[in-house]
Amino acid sequence: MTDVATSHDAPASPTAVAPLLTLRGISKSFPGVRALDDVSLEIYPGQVTALIGENGAGKSTLVKILTGIYQPDAGEIAIDGRPVEFGSPHRAAQQGITAIHQETVLFDEISVAENIHLGHAPRTRLGLIDWGAIRGGARKVLASMGAGHIAPETRLKELSIANKHLVGVARALSIDARIVIMDEPTAALSYKEIGELFTLIEMLKADGKGILFISHKFDEIYRISDRYAVFRDGQKVGAGMLPETPQAEIVKMMVGRSVDQIFPKHVAAPGETVLKVEDLSHPTEFDGIDFELRRGEILGFYGLVGAGRSEVMQALFGLTRPSRGSIVLDGQAITPQSPADAVNAGIVYVPEERGKQGVVIGLPIFENVSLPSLKRTSLHGVLRLKEEFDLARAYTERLDLRASSLSQDVGTLSGGNQQKVVIAKWLATGPKVIILDEPTKGIDIGSKAAVHQFMGELVAQGLAVIMVSSELPEVMGMSDRIVVMREGRMVTTLENKDLSAEALVSAAAGIRGEDA
Amino acid sequence: MNEHTSIDAAVPRHIPDRLGSPLRARLLSWEMLLLAVAVAIFVANSFASPYFLNAWSLSDLTFNFTEKALIALAMALLIISGEIDLSVASIIALCSTFMGLAAQYGVGTPGLVAIGIGTGLLCGAFNGFLVTRLGLPSIVVTIGTMSLFRGVSYIILGDGVFKGYPASFGYFGQGYVFWVISFELALFLAAAALYYFLLHRTSFGRRIFAIGNNHVAAQFSGLRVGRIKFMLFCLTGLMSGIAAVLLTSRLGSTRPAIAQGWELEVITMVVLGGVNILGGAGGILGVVLAAFIMGLMTFGLGLLNVPGIVMSIFTGTLLIVVIALPILFRRLRNRRHARLA
Repeated sequence: MTDVATSHDAPASPTAVAPLLTLRGISKSFPGVRALDDVSLEIYPGQVTALIGENGAGKSTLVKILTGIYQPDAGEIAIDGRPVEFGSPHRAAQQGITAIHQETVLFDEISVAENIHLGHAPRTRLGLIDWGAIRGGARKVLASMGAGHIAPETRLKELSIANKHLVGVARALSIDARIVIMDEPTAALSYKEIGELFTLIEMLKADGKGILFISHKFDEIYRISDRYAVFRDGQKVGAGMLPETPQAEIVKMMVGRSVDQIFPKHVAAPGETVLKVEDLSHPTEFDGIDFELRRGEILGFYGLVGAGRSEVMQALFGLTRPSRGSIVLDGQAITPQSPADAVNAGIVYVPEERGKQGVVIGLPIFENVSLPSLKRTSLHGVLRLKEEFDLARAYTERLDLRASSLSQDVGTLSGGNQQKVVIAKWLATGPKVIILDEPTKGIDIGSKAAVHQFMGELVAQGLAVIMVSSELPEVMGMSDRIVVMREGRMVTTLENKDLSAEALVSAAAGIRGEDA
Repeated sequence: MNEHTSIDAAVPRHIPDRLGSPLRARLLSWEMLLLAVAVAIFVANSFASPYFLNAWSLSDLTFNFTEKALIALAMALLIISGEIDLSVASIIALCSTFMGLAAQYGVGTPGLVAIGIGTGLLCGAFNGFLVTRLGLPSIVVTIGTMSLFRGVSYIILGDGVFKGYPASFGYFGQGYVFWVISFELALFLAAAALYYFLLHRTSFGRRIFAIGNNHVAAQFSGLRVGRIKFMLFCLTGLMSGIAAVLLTSRLGSTRPAIAQGWELEVITMVVLGGVNILGGAGGILGVVLAAFIMGLMTFGLGLLNVPGIVMSIFTGTLLIVVIALPILFRRLRNRRHARLA
């Protein structure tokens, strides 16, 4: 096996192992776009290789080629130095490749045990499915992972996303996969769950599996990976060993420039109180929420997934009815009964589920932007396209939207650019308070920086911003004050000055004086 | 598709309104196809029968579709918004029954029209209430009201028939505005223009498209989704009421089985017109063309002495084909343009 031939690849590490999987000269084009251009990649046994790149860099295409969903136009794939072809997802699975996705592609309606054994169910002598063996096997493999708390009979849909990932890993172990691809597995996980997942990845490593790990979060990449490969615009622009490479250098490779500061420091000069929430409560989701939001301030909401932060925001936006408490906006008590009421009052909400709740896919960019402002852009109910285009252009250009035209379907934009459209839509309404729910979840680093930059500009202009975020660096980098929530209640409100990450995480997790 | 990550950021880049208009050409293509089909059927008909190419035959032909097409205009909006109303034919029956009942008590023509249209509006509002207030799926609600409305007609009429409408009432379904242009045709063309404007030129129409593409995101954008859908159900009921006035006036009598099975033809018209049965896309021009095609076809088959039963087989097949074709076409195209990284 001639390993590591390409010059810009990782220098042979001290422990010169042969790669498990080798890609050489892989290219893939779609009409109008070269998604992958002469890409090489090695995955080594017992190591985690991080695949890094902005959205649109070609990561997903590569994963789809590795899992047999796409066929490459050129290039070769070899396992243990022997060339292989993945004509179909089934073939790829037979060759020992398995993938765990952001939103796992397991089956909700069937049991954990069936999910683990799907496609390779043990049979009885009569050729019937051996249910006993399925349950027994599932229990064994789950226990071996320290996930004995998941009952094999449970239907998958009853599990949390973290536990679904565990089932995915169990499946990988049970089909004896040699290469495990993890495509943003932590996107929906809490801090603690991420820790558990990483313990499992260590197990897989120790077991000699090759792991390809895709994530947008640098702290995770550094925590778990041995190697990295950076993609940009369909090409591999760099690869190497991880702890030796500083983060700034990788970021530079990703964006083709140096991003000196990921979080723009804005000077907080908070003015008078805009929004005052007192004792806001919901029958099941949250209880006794009190906070004040001032003009020119970013108020962060931090907590674990399920702490009730989004639910509070949805009540402010009129999506759910609080059972008691008051919302005072600019000195006036309001009770928004619908998003339309909230928008009219001046509260707007950038939701977490961008594709489902944020943009209307199927409509062009300008129609998305003008949607809440139609009253203003139309005359006696008759559309005026010029006004709409002007409005859309004014705000999307301020946000540095990357699009070929305003009539482009918003669904053809990358996640980051879709988010810019959602924000543009709300700014066009001239709001008083803008609520951003996980504003940079799953978007590329370039768009992330643009969104953060823009938040800084918004508060500088006197807007009040609430930002719900589970990303520690983001909360700490952007907020003036941070409300910490746990299990539907406010734990504390912290001034974001000399605040330590440990203190914040401990408060959210309900740990006192202990390092999280 | 994907944006490029060129990094000469500093100056905001200018984004044009639109790039050329190949999109427009593509959007129009379904309508062009319909037009071609309409012309082909027209030519075929003129060969099939020597009586076809005559101003009065052509005028008669329009009675085949004007009443249904009036409902199809409103139904198009409803389907684009992601809902459907299967009870329209039963609404006609109920409207006609109430008009017949009123006529027995000597109510005059203006009163009868008001009762017909008013009943339609109320039926639509009832559907809309059940769907938007109680959050029930429209397909289930309107299957229910389909039986309910016609059931009421049967209770009132039994095997009977209402006749004895005032003479002036006959104008709506039998009168002519000018030469061979019937009142029905004139009303339909005017309504089509109005609906075209409403759907394609007003903010109300824009909101319908937004709701049909993604009603959750529409609600999250501050649209009053429930209110708009309620209005569309009312509008569909109203159009059914108008159709009931025309049909009752044309027939001069009311039986409980009046307009039986029309919902199928109305929906076929809408879907044939290029409206996506799943909501979010479509246009009035296509629906108008589809109405003409359906009328020409029914008339042509009539000329060939094809019995009614065969015609309903034909309509059913057409409905399946026009629903299946765009979906198959899209699937084929998606396979080619498979999503990128």
